[in-house]
Amino acid sequence: MSEAIHADKVMDLKGLPCPMPVVKVSKGIKEVAVGQILEAQTTDPGSLTDFPAWARTSGNEIVETIQENGIIRIFIRRKV
Amino acid sequence: MTHELATLEKQVADLRAKLEGIERRVPSNKLSMVVFSGDLDRALAAFIIATGAVAMGMDVVMFFTFWATPILRDPAKKVEDKDFMGKMFGTMLPKGACSVKLSKMNMGGLGTAMMKNLMKQKNVASLDQMIALAGELGVQIYVCELSMELMGFKREEMIQYPAMDFCGVAKFLEEAMDSRIQLFI
Repeated sequence: MSEAIHADKVMDLKGLPCPMPVVKVSKGIKEVAVGQILEAQTTDPGSLTDFPAWARTSGNEIVETIQENGIIRIFIRRKV
Repeated sequence: MTHELATLEKQVADLRAKLEGIERRVPSNKLSMVVFSGDLDRALAAFIIATGAVAMGMDVVMFFTFWATPILRDPAKKVEDKDFMGKMFGTMLPKGACSVKLSKMNMGGLGTAMMKNLMKQKNVASLDQMIALAGELGVQIYVCELSMELMGFKREEMIQYPAMDFCGVAKFLEEAMDSRIQLFI
C-alpha cells in the first residue's frame, strides 16, 4: 500500500453501496479539524464520481484517489 | 453638496431595498419532494435522494401523499374506531414500509421478496432502514392531511418519526417555492 498521504482519520466504508459512503463521510468529516485529512475506503465504483461531486458542493477538497485491489481510497481535506 | 449627498443616500437606500427583495426570492439550499407513489422501488429512490441531499449539505422536506401515505403506517399499531371505507383501505393498502411492493416484476410478491433478499445480500439498506436514517439526518416529513382523511388513516397508526407533521398543499408550495430542487416521485 502506498502511504503518500497521512490521514488523520480513516473510515472503512467497504461493501457499502449508494448513498451510504457519501452520507457517512459527510458526518465523518466533522470529526477531523479543518485542514486535516480524512481517508475514505470504499468498494463502490460510484464513489469515484460521487466524492468529487460531494466535495465540490460541500467545499472540501479531494487530495488524492488511489485504487488498489478493488479498494478505492479517497483522501479528503476538510476545508470548511 | 448636501443636496448631492442626500440624493446619494436615497439611491443607496433604494438599492438596499431592491437587494433585499431579490434576496427574498433566492431559494434556500433545500430539496422539496412529493412522494406520491406507494411502490417500493420509487420510495427507495426517494429516500436515497433525500439522504444523499443531506450529505450534500441540503435541507430536505418530503411530502407524502396518496399511495405513499401507507408507507408511513406502523404495522404494530392498531386503530379501532374506523368506518367501513377506512377499514377497507386499511386492509387493502400496505401496512408500513415492510409490506410495500415493487412497481414491476412483483409476481404476486415473489419478485419483491427476491429483490429484498438481493438487497440484503448486497448490503443495500431496506426501506425502513432508510426511513430511520432520514429521521436521524433531520429530513422533515409532511403527510398530506387529505390523503389521511380520504383513506381513513389515523395519526395514531403512523410510525414514530423525529420530524413528522401533517399538512395541506399550501405548506408544500411554500417549501417548494423556497427550494432549489423540487421533485415528484
